[in-house]
Amino acid sequence: MFYRLAGIRHTTYSATRQLYPIPFDRYLLAVVVVVAIAAPWLFSPLALNSYLLPWVIWSTAALGLNLLMGWAGQVHLGYAAVMAIGAYTAIHSVRAGVPFEFAFILAGLASAAIGFVFGAAALRVKGLYLAVTTLAMQSIVDWTIVHVPAISGGSQATLQAPTLHVLGWPIDTDAGRYWFALVICAVVTSFLLNVTRTSLGRALVAVREKDFAAAIIGVSPFKYKLLAFWCSSFIGGVAGAVLAFCYYRAVTPEQFHLEVSIQAVAMVIVGGLGSVLGSFFGAGLVLLAPIFLNNFVNAIAVALNLPLHAEIISHIPLVLYGALIVGFLLYEPLGLAKVYDNVRNYFLVWPFRHARH
Amino acid sequence: MDLFYELAELSINGALVGLMYALVALGIVLVFKASSVANLAQGALVMVGAYLTWAAIEHGAPVWAAIPVGIVAMYALGRGIERVALRRMIGQPVIMVIMLTLGLEILLRGLAPAIFGPVKKRLDIGIDNAPIIIGQMFIDRAYLITGVVSLGLVALAAIFFGTRQGIMLRAVSDDQTASWSVGIPVERAIGISWGLAGVAAAAAGILWGSIQGVDWTLSLLLIKALAVAILGGLDSIIGVVVAGLVVGVLENVAPVYLERIGISGTRDVVASLVILATVIVRPYGLFGREDIERV
Repeated sequence: MFYRLAGIRHTTYSATRQLYPIPFDRYLLAVVVVVAIAAPWLFSPLALNSYLLPWVIWSTAALGLNLLMGWAGQVHLGYAAVMAIGAYTAIHSVRAGVPFEFAFILAGLASAAIGFVFGAAALRVKGLYLAVTTLAMQSIVDWTIVHVPAISGGSQATLQAPTLHVLGWPIDTDAGRYWFALVICAVVTSFLLNVTRTSLGRALVAVREKDFAAAIIGVSPFKYKLLAFWCSSFIGGVAGAVLAFCYYRAVTPEQFHLEVSIQAVAMVIVGGLGSVLGSFFGAGLVLLAPIFLNNFVNAIAVALNLPLHAEIISHIPLVLYGALIVGFLLYEPLGLAKVYDNVRNYFLVWPFRHARH
Repeated sequence: MDLFYELAELSINGALVGLMYALVALGIVLVFKASSVANLAQGALVMVGAYLTWAAIEHGAPVWAAIPVGIVAMYALGRGIERVALRRMIGQPVIMVIMLTLGLEILLRGLAPAIFGPVKKRLDIGIDNAPIIIGQMFIDRAYLITGVVSLGLVALAAIFFGTRQGIMLRAVSDDQTASWSVGIPVERAIGISWGLAGVAAAAAGILWGSIQGVDWTLSLLLIKALAVAILGGLDSIIGVVVAGLVVGVLENVAPVYLERIGISGTRDVVASLVILATVIVRPYGLFGREDIERV
C-alpha cells in the first residue's frame, strides 16, 4: 500500500533502469532532501552542529570506505589515516595560498596517491594480510604526522583551519558550513548510486566475489582493486578535509587515530556492506548511539547513586562499537540496510502478503 | 669495545622482549594454523588474561594458584569465543571473519577496563627487578625470566603438535574437508586451537602484566604480535620464535641508533614497518607456506 506498484509499467529500457522505479521511493527521497536542505531552519543550532553536520560528513567518509569494503571487498583498517592525509593536505595548501576549491581536490589526490601506494603494496596479498597492512599504514601515517613538524606543527600542535571560501565567498555561518558538507555528500552519494550501474561497479563486484574467477573472464583484479583503493582514498581525503574545515575547524593528530578508523569500519558494517543507504544509517547509528548510551548510563548512575568513573564513561563508545560490529556480523551480516530492506519488502505488498510469492 | 657491549646489551634485552612478543603471536599462529582464520582479538585476550589473573590474586588466591586459574579461565574463554561467534561464521567471506575478531578485540578492550576498573593494576608474580650484570652489560632480570619462560611455552606448543591432538590440528589445518572425511572432529579441533590461543594469551598476559602493569594498553601488543606472526609466516611455530627475536632486536636497537642521527621516537613504528616490508618483499613470511589457489 505504501510502496504502490499498481499502475507502474515500464515501457522503455531507461525507465526500468532508473535509480528509483517506484514513485514512493522518489517521494521519500524528495522529503529527505528537502529536510536535509532546510535543516538549519528546522533544527536547533546545537542539533545542527553536533549531530547533523558530523552525520553528513561521516556519511561521506563511510560511503568512500564502503566503496572499498562493500563493493570491492577489500578490508581497510587505516581509513582515518587516509582522512588525515586529506585534512592536512587541504589545510597546508590553503595556508600556502591555494584556492579552497583546488585545495579540496588536492586533498583527495594526495590521499588517493598515498592510499594507492599502500594499496599497491597490500594487493600482493589479501584477506588477513591486507587487513594487517592497512593497520600498519594507519600507524605509519600517524607516526609521520606526529613526528614531522612540517606537517603537524609539532607533536602537541593544533593547526587552525582558515575560514572557508567558496568561489570567493566566505562561509562562516553554521548553516553555510553544513550546506557545504551536504553538497559534497550529495556529490559522493550520486557517484556511488551510479557506480553500481557502470562497468566499474560491476567489475568491482566480480572481483569481490572471486578475484581469480574475475581474472578468467577478463576483469583484471589488480587493476580494479587499485582503482577501488584510488577512488575510496580520494573520497576519504575530501571527507577528511571537509571534517577539518567544517566540523573541527582545526586539525590535530588525535582526530585521526586508530579508534577513528575502527569507527569508520563499524559504520560500514553496521550500515551494510555495499549499500549507499546503509552508509547513512551506519554513520548515524555509530555517531549517535554512544551519545545516547552515555546519557542513559549517566542517568542510571545518578538514579541509583552509583559512583561512575570518568574513564569508564570514556570506554563506553568502544564497547558499543565492538558490540555493534560483533552483533551485526553474527545476526544481520548485511546491516541496517538489510533491516530497512526487510521492512520495505514487507510494506511493498502489504496488506496482501500472499501476493509476494 | 664499549660500542660492542652497548649493541650486545640492546640486542639481548631486545631478543628477550621479542620472545615475549612471540608468545603473544603464538595465539595468532595457532588459530591460523587450525582454521585459516585471522585472530585479531589476541591483543584483547592477552589483556583479559592479565586482568583475570589479577582478579584471582585480588580475591585472595596465592600466585601459584592464580596463574592456573587465569590459564584455565582463558582456555574456557577461547573455546567459548569459538563456539559462540566463530562457528557461526563458517563459510562466510574472509572479510567478515576478520571484522568479527576485530569487533571482539574492540569489545573486550572496552569491556575489561569497565568491569575491573581503569586504574593500572600491579600484577606481582615475584620476579626480582634487580638487573643482572654481565661484564659491562645490564640484562633486565624480569625480561630474562619472562623471555625464557616464553621460549619454553613456545617450545611446548611445538611439542604439542607432535601429540595425537596436535596431529589432529595439523590435519585440519592442511585440509578441512579431507579431515572430516577421515573422521576428525573439525569443529572440536578448531575449538581446541582457540582454547590454546587463550592459554597463550593468558601466559603472555601474566608475563607482560608483571612487567608493565595491567591495563588496556596490554591490548596494543596486537600490532607487535601481528608483525611477528606475519614476518614468521602465519602458520609456523619456528617462524614465530625467529621473527620474535628479529622484531624484538630491531625494535630495541634501531631507535637508539636512529636517535643519534636525529630521528627520534621510532620505537612505535618499527613493528608497522616490519609488516609493510614483509608484505612487499615476502608476503608469506620467513617460514610460511605459500598457498596456491584453485578455482
